[in-house]
Amino acid sequence: MTTAAGTAAPAAVPAHPLDDADTPAPAPPGRAGRRWQRPITPVVLFGVWETAARTGLLPPHKLPAPSDVLAAGWRLSGDGTLLVHLLDSLQRAAIGLAVGGGLALVLGAVAGLLRIGDDLVDPPVQMARMLPHLGLVPLLIIWVGIGEELKITLVALGSFFPIYFNTYAGIRDIDERLVEAARTCGLGQLARLRHVVLPGALPSLFLGLRLAIGAAWLSLVVGEQVNAQTGIGFLMMEAREFAQTDVVLLGLLVYALLGLLSDLALRIAERRTLSWRRGLQAR
Amino acid sequence: MAARPAGEVTPVLTAHGVRRSFGPTVVLDGVDLAIRPGEVVALLGGSGSGKSTLLRILAGLDADAAGLVDRPKDLAVVFQEHRLLPWKRVLDNVSLGLTGPGVRERALAALEEVGLRGRDTAWPVELSGGQAQRVAVARALVREPALLLLDEPFGALDALTRLRMQQLFNRLRDQHGFAALLVTHDVEEALLLADRTLVLEDGRLVEDSPVTLPRPRTPDDPGFGTLRRHLLDRLGVAA
Repeated sequence: MTTAAGTAAPAAVPAHPLDDADTPAPAPPGRAGRRWQRPITPVVLFGVWETAARTGLLPPHKLPAPSDVLAAGWRLSGDGTLLVHLLDSLQRAAIGLAVGGGLALVLGAVAGLLRIGDDLVDPPVQMARMLPHLGLVPLLIIWVGIGEELKITLVALGSFFPIYFNTYAGIRDIDERLVEAARTCGLGQLARLRHVVLPGALPSLFLGLRLAIGAAWLSLVVGEQVNAQTGIGFLMMEAREFAQTDVVLLGLLVYALLGLLSDLALRIAERRTLSWRRGLQAR
Repeated sequence: MAARPAGEVTPVLTAHGVRRSFGPTVVLDGVDLAIRPGEVVALLGGSGSGKSTLLRILAGLDADAAGLVDRPKDLAVVFQEHRLLPWKRVLDNVSLGLTGPGVRERALAALEEVGLRGRDTAWPVELSGGQAQRVAVARALVREPALLLLDEPFGALDALTRLRMQQLFNRLRDQHGFAALLVTHDVEEALLLADRTLVLEDGRLVEDSPVTLPRPRTPDDPGFGTLRRHLLDRLGVAA
């Protein structure tokens, strides 16, 4: 059973170990040859943007030149401002992710492993999933105020659902026949959990984590625009008040880079951990 | 338990009155079975006759079956699919669940026996179907089972690989002397490997006959054809 759950579609786990279909398909001919064409449009767009800003076609308070944004980045990195705000944002993301993700992992495992857990945990989670968590901001302000708690709660809420659903689906999609084989090899429940369930659910867990990190950044962007005193979001809101459009754009760039880098790091970790899926790893 | 006649050995596995139904469908309707130590028993039957269901019950994998099964502790199962854990290398699959000293050496020795010593660090996805099934056999062997339960273990393999696996099975059996219950739909395979054949039909064992052909056996042996014809008749395949 492969239920797509909201943003969290279960990972494309090889359906069962008999499938040899996991071999990478050969690249279509000409693909590599056309590779150089791909950067053309972005480069041209940036060129047009830069020129339009330099010639005054674009008013600088609406959209400053890309080079100005980079210069602002250089300036703020130089005096350490960017780093301070960046670290604060990272800390909020990490705490929120740990709280929301940890809770999701526990509840997802309980619902995935135990029938009673499925009956008791899954229905309320399915109902809560329908609430857009960013729409909860007004309510959360009433509940936890406008301080750090708000930002962390938002991140935790955002990262909870992808991890919960993928943990649940990952456990449910484990091939029952493998569990059975492990039983005939004398593995008890704990050993089966460790040797069969956990590694079997891992691809799905990775997918959940990737979606959760995406949701965490998104939640952070929204949360940091509510009365923050530090953080990338605060930097952007403050810059808006002083009409420093270059700093606003810089904030966007930093958010994008954070998303890109975390996704990349996770992909590398996934590749290493899940090397069995392709049998790529050298001996 | 009643006293046994002199000379009769204690069976390695006994089953009494095994019943299993799925909803209104009765699949097994009172099966009695005993396997002696070192004896290879082939369980034949058409598809859907309940062969695999019986094997799963004997293996202790079916909690909803009725009846008494007295199975040995050291029992190993080889399934139709290899059922190797895809996230463990071949050697770790073989030694799954083993404890004690020398596990690695024992697993390597088992791989050696199935001719796959060199593939110990491979992932299961890197193996061919026949190799993977040999690893599954090694995983069972390394436990030094008194009883091996095999559920159409060579059924998914191509004809040549199947022949090699049957030879491998005979060799391993000579060396280790395990008892085995071999579920198969292949009459020829049953006659090549087994000391005794059972036929399951409508949830009951309707045939229990020894295979008296001398070993090593080939399908060209005199008497092979007669036995084959007889079993095929019992399975309802007209000449």
